[in-house]
Amino acid sequence: MSNIALSAERIDKLYHVGRIQDSYRTLRDTLSEAFVSPLRRASKILRGQASGAAELDDSIWALKDVSFQVEKGEVVGFIGRNGAGKSTLLKILSRITEPTSGYAEIHGRVGSLLEVGTGFHPELTGRENVYLNGAILGMKRIEIERKFEAIVSFAEVEKFVDTPVKHYSSGMYLRLAFAVAAHLEPEILLVDEVLAVGDMAFQQKCLGKMRDVAVEGRTVLFVSHNMSAIQSLCSRAIFLKDGKITFQGSTEQAVKYYCASVQKLYEQPIYLREDRSGGEQFRFTSVQFLNPRDMTPVNVFVSGQPAIIRIGYINRAKNKLEDVGIGITFSTMTNTHLFGCKSRVVGTSLDIPPGEGYTDCLISKWPLKAGRYVYNLFAEKNNISIDWLSNAGACDVEAGDYYGSGILPAPHLPGVLVDYAWRPTE
Amino acid sequence: MAHKELASDPLSLLNEPTVRIEPSRGWVSLKLRELWAYRELIYFLVWRDIKVRYKQTVLGAAWAIIQPFFTMVVFSIFFGRLAGIPSDGMPYPIFSYAALVPWTFFSNGMTKASNSLVSSSNLIKKVYFPRLSIPLASVLAGVVDFALSFAVLLGMMKYYHLTPTGNVIWLPFLLGLSFVIALGVALWLSAMNVQFRDVQYLIPFLAQFWMFATPIAYPSSLLSEPWRTLYGINPMVGVVEGFRWALLGTNTAPGLTILASSAVSMLILLSGALYFRRMEKTFADVV
Repeated sequence: MSNIALSAERIDKLYHVGRIQDSYRTLRDTLSEAFVSPLRRASKILRGQASGAAELDDSIWALKDVSFQVEKGEVVGFIGRNGAGKSTLLKILSRITEPTSGYAEIHGRVGSLLEVGTGFHPELTGRENVYLNGAILGMKRIEIERKFEAIVSFAEVEKFVDTPVKHYSSGMYLRLAFAVAAHLEPEILLVDEVLAVGDMAFQQKCLGKMRDVAVEGRTVLFVSHNMSAIQSLCSRAIFLKDGKITFQGSTEQAVKYYCASVQKLYEQPIYLREDRSGGEQFRFTSVQFLNPRDMTPVNVFVSGQPAIIRIGYINRAKNKLEDVGIGITFSTMTNTHLFGCKSRVVGTSLDIPPGEGYTDCLISKWPLKAGRYVYNLFAEKNNISIDWLSNAGACDVEAGDYYGSGILPAPHLPGVLVDYAWRPTE
Repeated sequence: MAHKELASDPLSLLNEPTVRIEPSRGWVSLKLRELWAYRELIYFLVWRDIKVRYKQTVLGAAWAIIQPFFTMVVFSIFFGRLAGIPSDGMPYPIFSYAALVPWTFFSNGMTKASNSLVSSSNLIKKVYFPRLSIPLASVLAGVVDFALSFAVLLGMMKYYHLTPTGNVIWLPFLLGLSFVIALGVALWLSAMNVQFRDVQYLIPFLAQFWMFATPIAYPSSLLSEPWRTLYGINPMVGVVEGFRWALLGTNTAPGLTILASSAVSMLILLSGALYFRRMEKTFADVV
C-alpha cells in the first residue's frame, strides 16, 4: 500500500455568481431571466465585451487546477486570504460539494470538521446531542457509547449532561460540540477554522487536542487564518490565492507568502476594498490615527501615550442608522487577536446619520509594544454584521515608557501592556 | 457525487476504503447501499424529530390527535349533517376519521419532508451523508403521530360497536403505501424547494387540493366503474378506501383501484428518488 493518504488532481470548482449572492431563486427570477438574459448576452457579444462562455455566465472559479498530495501522518496547513478557495477545497474533499472537474482520491476514513456543533438541537439534552452529533459526524452508536464519558469530561459538563443545551452557556455549548468532534477518530481529519471560536483557554485545549491527533500519526488538513496555529501545528503548508496554489512547501515560507499578500491588501484605501462582508448600506471609508493633544495625524503609535483612532464611514441610506455597534480589533501580523475596542462593550450606542462622517475612539494609554500590527474593522446592527473588513490595515508602534519607570518590558516579545501596580511588601 | 467504494462498508475502520471524488454526470445510481450504511444516522434523525416535535407545547403529543379529530368533527357537521353526504352505511364520523388517519400521516409527512432539506441547510452545507436520509427520516418520524391517532380510531370503533374485519392484516401494507407516496412526492418537492422557494408556498395548496381529490369527506362509491378504477391514479384513493375496507368492512374491497394506486406510487417514488439524486450535487451550493 502506498504512503499517500490523499491526492488531488487538477481540481476545478466553478461557482455561478448569481448563486452565491442570492443563494436561492424564485421561479419568477428564473422566468424573467430566461427572457432577459439571452438578450443581454447577445448585446454583450455584439459589444465585444465577452468572448468565452465563462464570462457570459458571470461565474467565478473558486478553485482552478489544484493538485497536491498529502502523505500519511502529515499535518498540512492551508492558508490564504478570504475567498482564496480554502474552504471550498475542504468542502470538496469532505464530499459536501462536487468539483466541476478533476478528481481527488482519499485512502482512509475521513472525518471533517468544518463547524463544531453541526446539528446540535437546543431542545435536546447534552447527552442526546452527543449521540445525535456523533451520528452526524459518522460515528457508530457503540463507538459513541464507548467514548461518552471521555467526551463529557473533556467538555467539563458532567453536571449538565441531562440539561437541554439551550440552557448551556455559550462556552459550555462550544466545549461540548468540540469534544464530540475531537473524539472522532478518523485516519484523515479535515479541519476548517474551528479554533477561531471560544475563549483562549478553550482554544489552547483545542490546539492541544489537534497536536495529539498529529502525534498519533494521523493525517490532518488544517485551514486557518491564525498563522501561529499553522506554524505550531503544520509540517508543511499550501498557500492559495484566487483559487490557485501559488506555493506549497515549508510552513515558514508559506506564511511569508501570506503576509506579503495581506500587505498588498492594506496598501489599498479602505473605501476601495471589496473583500468585505455585510451590506451595501454602511461602509467604512478610512482609519486615521490622531494625536489627542492637537488632533494632528500621526503615523506611529507610542506605547503608553494617549491616542485617538478616527474611523470614517459612509451611510448610503436615506435614513439614520440607529443603535450601531462599531469595533476595531488589533492582531499580530500572524493574526493572533490581541485586543479590541468595541463601542457596545463600553455601553456606547452609535447613531449613524446619512452621508459621510466619522467617529473617534479614545485610548488613554496605547497598550501595544513596539512592532507592526494589523487591525480589523466591524460594524453591526442588531447583532448582524453590516460591514466587516479583516486586515483593514496595519500600524506601527514605537517603544514608549508605558510605566513611567524608564524600563521597557521584554521589548523583543510582542504583546499587550497592562496598567498595574505592586504594593510594597509588609 | 460519484465515488466508488472499494470496501464494502464506507464507515468501517478495519478495511481502508478508497474514495474517489469526481464530478458526476447525467443520471446517477440511487446508492441505496450507502443509505443502508448510514442507517444509524437515519435512526438518530427520526429520533430527534420525534423528541423535538412537541417540546415546549402545552398540549404535547395531543396535537397528533387534535388535528385529524377536529377535522372529523368539522366534516361531520358540514358534510355529514348539513350536506348529507352518504357514508357507505357507516356512521359519518367514523367513516371520515378512518380516512383522515392515513391522510394526516401522508399529508404531514409530505409537508414536513418537502421542507426538510431547506430546514437542514446547515447540515447540508457542513457535513457529508446521503441526503436522501433527511426527507426519509422526516416521513418516518410521522409514524408515531399515526400510531396515536390510530389508537383513537380504535377507541371510536369500540364506541360505535364496530369490530375490525380480518382484512386488518393489510393495514401495514396500506400504511407502507402511503409512506411510499409521501416520500415520493416529498423527494420531488424537497429537491425543487432547494432551488425554488416557491415550492414551500405551493405545498399547503397541493395538500388541500389533494385532500378534496381524495375520498375523505365523501365515498368513492359515488363514482361508477370504470371511473372508480381510474380514480385510483390518485394513489391516496387506494390507501383511504383500503383503510375503510379493512377496518370498517365497507364495500370498497381494493381490487383494481389498489393496483393502480400501487403502480402510481412506485412510479412517483422511483422518479422522485432519481430526480433527487440528480439534483443532490447542487444542494450544498444552492440551499
